[in-house]
Amino acid sequence: MGPNLLNNYFETAAMILFGIGFTTLFLQPNLIKKVIGLNIMDSAIYLFLAAKGYIDGRLAPIVVNGVTDMETYINPIPSGLVLTGIVVGVSVTAVSLSLIQKLYKEYHTLDMDEILTKVSKEGDH
Amino acid sequence: MMNKFFTGLVKFVDGEFTITTKRKAKPARRHTDHHEPTFKERFTQWHDEKGPAFFKAAYGIASIVICLTMITILLITASFLPEYGNPDNPVNNEVSERYIEKGLEETGSVNIVSGMILDYRAFDTLGESHVLFTASAAVMLLMKKEKRGKEQTDRFSPKRDIIVKTVAQIIIPFLLVYGVYLMLNGHLSPGGGFSAGAVMGAALILFSSAFGYKKIKTVFTEKFIKIVTLASLLFYAGIKCYSFYTGANHIPTGIPLGQPGAILSSGLILPLNIAVGLVVTCTMYSFYSLFSKGEI
Amino acid sequence: MIVFESILLTFMIICAISVSTTKNLMSSVIIYMSYSLIASVIWLLLRSPDLAITEAAVGAGVTSTLMFLTLKNVNKLKEEGEEEDDE
Repeated sequence: MGPNLLNNYFETAAMILFGIGFTTLFLQPNLIKKVIGLNIMDSAIYLFLAAKGYIDGRLAPIVVNGVTDMETYINPIPSGLVLTGIVVGVSVTAVSLSLIQKLYKEYHTLDMDEILTKVSKEGDH
Repeated sequence: MMNKFFTGLVKFVDGEFTITTKRKAKPARRHTDHHEPTFKERFTQWHDEKGPAFFKAAYGIASIVICLTMITILLITASFLPEYGNPDNPVNNEVSERYIEKGLEETGSVNIVSGMILDYRAFDTLGESHVLFTASAAVMLLMKKEKRGKEQTDRFSPKRDIIVKTVAQIIIPFLLVYGVYLMLNGHLSPGGGFSAGAVMGAALILFSSAFGYKKIKTVFTEKFIKIVTLASLLFYAGIKCYSFYTGANHIPTGIPLGQPGAILSSGLILPLNIAVGLVVTCTMYSFYSLFSKGEI
Repeated sequence: MIVFESILLTFMIICAISVSTTKNLMSSVIIYMSYSLIASVIWLLLRSPDLAITEAAVGAGVTSTLMFLTLKNVNKLKEEGEEEDDE
C-alpha cells in the first residue's frame, strides 16, 4: 500500500465507484440496471479526471481581472475532456435504451438471462 | 466420453496396481447386469435439475470476487498516485501552462475551458457533435414508427396535470433565457454550447410534457430539426476548415479577437458555441420525442 | 471542507450500491438521478462550474427522462401483452 490512500480520497472514491459500476454491469441481469451501471462507471472516470486537475486553493479556469498566471487557476484540461465525455455518455445511453426497447418488443422481457435462453432456443429450431 | 476414460484405467489386482488399457476394460463393463448411471448421465441430470441455480450462484460469487480483486488493485494504484491537490503534480505540466498563460491572448476567450475546447481542440468538439448527430440518427432508425392514424398519436400525448402546467408556465421562460445566456456567454462565464444545449433541451422537454406536442410542433418539426442540425454542423466544419487552412499556412485569419470581456469578442468561439448549442438542443429534444411517441 | 466532501462521496457510494440492490426499477432510476445531482455538487467543489451545469442538466435531467420513458414504454407493452393473453 502506498502512502496516499486517504489523502487521495477523491481518487479512492472514484475507484470504488468504478468497481461498483462494473459489478452492476456484470451481475445485474436487468438491462436498465446495466445501463445505469455503465453510467456510474462513466462518472467515476470523470470524477477521477476532475480530481487530478484540481489544485488546492486555486480558482476555476476563468480569467479574473486579466490575471493570466499559472499559479492562479486550476488545470483546465480535465474539465475540457470530461465535458466531451458527459455528452458522449448521454448519446451512448440513448442508443442503448432504444436498443433495449427493441429487445423488449421482441422477447417481452428485460432480463438478460431469459433473453439469452430464448435466443438459444430459437437457434435450435 | 469421460466415464470410459476413467473406468478401468487403473485396477487393483492381487495386491498390486495394474494399469489396463481402455479397450480391455470395455467388454467387462458391458456385461454387468446392474446399469449404474454413468458420469455423463449423472452430470446431465444434475445439470438439468440444479444446474441453472448453481451456475447463477457460481457466476455471482465469481464476479464478486473478480470485482473485489479489481477494486483492490485499483485502490493500491490510487494509493501510489501523487498527492491530491498538489501543484507540483506531473499532471500540471507545460500544456496547461500554455493554455492558461497564452489562452486569453490567442483566443480572446475569458473562459479558458471554452477557449480550449473550441479553439485549440476544436477538432475534438467537431467529432463530438458528429457523435451526437449519429446517435440521434441511430435512435431515429430504431424508434421511428410507421404512422397508424390519429388515435395513436393522441394516445401518446401525456395527461395535462394542472400542477405541471402551472409550474411549467413559471419555470420555462427562465430556463430558456438561462440557456440562451449560457450559449451567448460561453466565452465569458461558465457554460458554453453543451450546457446551453442541455438546459434548452430540458426546457423543451418540460414544455412538451406539460402542454402536449401540438404547440411545439408548430416550430419543431422533423424537417426543422434536420435542417438546423445539418446547417450547424456544416457551419462548424466550414468555419474550422477556414481556420485550419489559414493556421497551417500562417495567413492572418482576418477575424478580430475584440476586447476580452465584451460579448462580441473572442473571434470564432461565439458562433461555434451557438452552433454546438443548437445541435445539442435539437438532439436532446429529438431523443425525448422519439422515445415518447416514435416520431419527431 | 474535507468533512463535507467525504459526506458527499459516501452518499454517492451508497447511492451507487443501492441502485443495484433495489428491486423496483423506477426507484433505482430515481436513485441514479440523486447520484447525478450529488455529482454536480462535487464538480462545483472541484472548481469546474462548466461540468456542474452540464451534469445537472444532462445527468439528472435528460438521461433520467429517457430512462423513465423507456420504463413507460416497457410497461405499456406489458399491459398490451396481458390484454392479448386475456382475450
